[in-house]
Amino acid sequence: MAEMRTLHVFRGDQSGGEEVAYEVPVESGMVVLDAVHQIQATQAPDLAVRWNCKAARCGSCSAEVNGHPRLMCKTRLDAIEGEIHVRPMKAFPVIRDLVTDVSWNYEKAKQIEPFAPKEPAPFTMYQRDVERSQQFRKCIECFLCQDVCHVLREHSAKEQYFGPRFMIKIAELEMHPMDGADRVPFTSHQAGVGMCNITKCCQEVCPEHIHLTDDAIIPLKERVADREWDPIRALFRKPAVR
Amino acid sequence: MAQPAGVLAPAPGRKKWEWPWWVSPVGTVSALGLFSIYSVWETLTHSSGQYHNYLSPFFSPDVRSIGIQFLPAIWVVWAPLLFRATCYYYRKAYYRSFFADPLTCARPERPGRSYTGETRLPFVLNNLHRFFFYVTVVVMAFLWYDAVRAFIFPSGFGIGVGSLLMLLNVILLSIYTFSCHAFRHLVGGSLDCFSCARGPILRYSLWKTVSKWNQDHATWAWLSMFSVWGTDLYIRLLISGVLHDVRLF
Repeated sequence: MAEMRTLHVFRGDQSGGEEVAYEVPVESGMVVLDAVHQIQATQAPDLAVRWNCKAARCGSCSAEVNGHPRLMCKTRLDAIEGEIHVRPMKAFPVIRDLVTDVSWNYEKAKQIEPFAPKEPAPFTMYQRDVERSQQFRKCIECFLCQDVCHVLREHSAKEQYFGPRFMIKIAELEMHPMDGADRVPFTSHQAGVGMCNITKCCQEVCPEHIHLTDDAIIPLKERVADREWDPIRALFRKPAVR
Repeated sequence: MAQPAGVLAPAPGRKKWEWPWWVSPVGTVSALGLFSIYSVWETLTHSSGQYHNYLSPFFSPDVRSIGIQFLPAIWVVWAPLLFRATCYYYRKAYYRSFFADPLTCARPERPGRSYTGETRLPFVLNNLHRFFFYVTVVVMAFLWYDAVRAFIFPSGFGIGVGSLLMLLNVILLSIYTFSCHAFRHLVGGSLDCFSCARGPILRYSLWKTVSKWNQDHATWAWLSMFSVWGTDLYIRLLISGVLHDVRLF
């Protein structure tokens, strides 16, 4: 007889809700998303959950498992001791059950100046020049980094800070060897890189193991410091010709 | 059953063991708190850190040689201490442990508390990190000079426990200093295009090397802090006569 585990799954919407307990038979190698599908198939057909690839590639099934932001498809049941609580991402408004409204992220994405090539494509680029940007392109937009970021999650400072996802987006463009736009003032002011206090939670939860803080946010802070906090560099800087 | 590619999970039936969440903040507060108290005590209550050919890192360079007798350590330690205080790793450590901002990831914070990150005083001054780096590099040169001098005894070349401690200390401090994010930015991180810069291979190699060291910056931060602490304590105990230096050679 299969082992049974209890999943406490949030059921509700913007007006409120509560966790409902479901008993699920466990199979070898089962992940939380499998268990949620099992519940959907046998006990609660109206349970709302966003998913797509079931292979940690699409970034759709982000949720909080026992309070930790995770991809449900990448979280094995046998890695969790005791009760299993599954809730929607806290940083975003709930639509229903485990589905959240992440449209705020797309609004922020629109505000970032897109790639502005210095010369018409095709161009020659060397690996050493593009490898930093390549790391950031691994992002699957699961928004777990946005969810765990305490600036957005606990302080609701969505007007002051774009969040780690868009810091790596800016870094990706800003460090691109053929990009001619200057996003440093934007990074400092509108995107609010100064709101980040580099506690690296975004880096800890990233399922793609992107070094968001060390390779994107801190280098961006250093670029802002070049402009705004380093009079010695300012003295020797050539006038920018874009 | 679906098994996502690259799934990071323990083997079936084995749970991933983790320290309780409070271990990190309690450990950080204890270590940084004790080191701060020790630093204040050492700086404000001693007029010398010299024991024969050994000079404590708190007192290097020895400003008494240019006639400054009043609290000689205070003229020196401000730079490396502010370098540490504004270091990106220590910022993470103290924001989490001292200010609970956040205590651990995804842990609810005290509601209603205003948060401005590093956009207002005093934390906005962390942007001055690079200046403390520049000054610390100068201090490092003196520490290397002291480490070499620690092997030169009145009878000639020799090796004492103190010599080895001072050498280990300056090596750890050098790795910590030159694995810093500000140095990483300086050697190449500020470039968008290595190939377009002068000396592209050199800049890229330097940046890659510093990036590699930078991955363990936290480890170097702790090891070098304890090595400074241990070296100073050893020399202080020699000065006060509690210990006698052991000559190995």
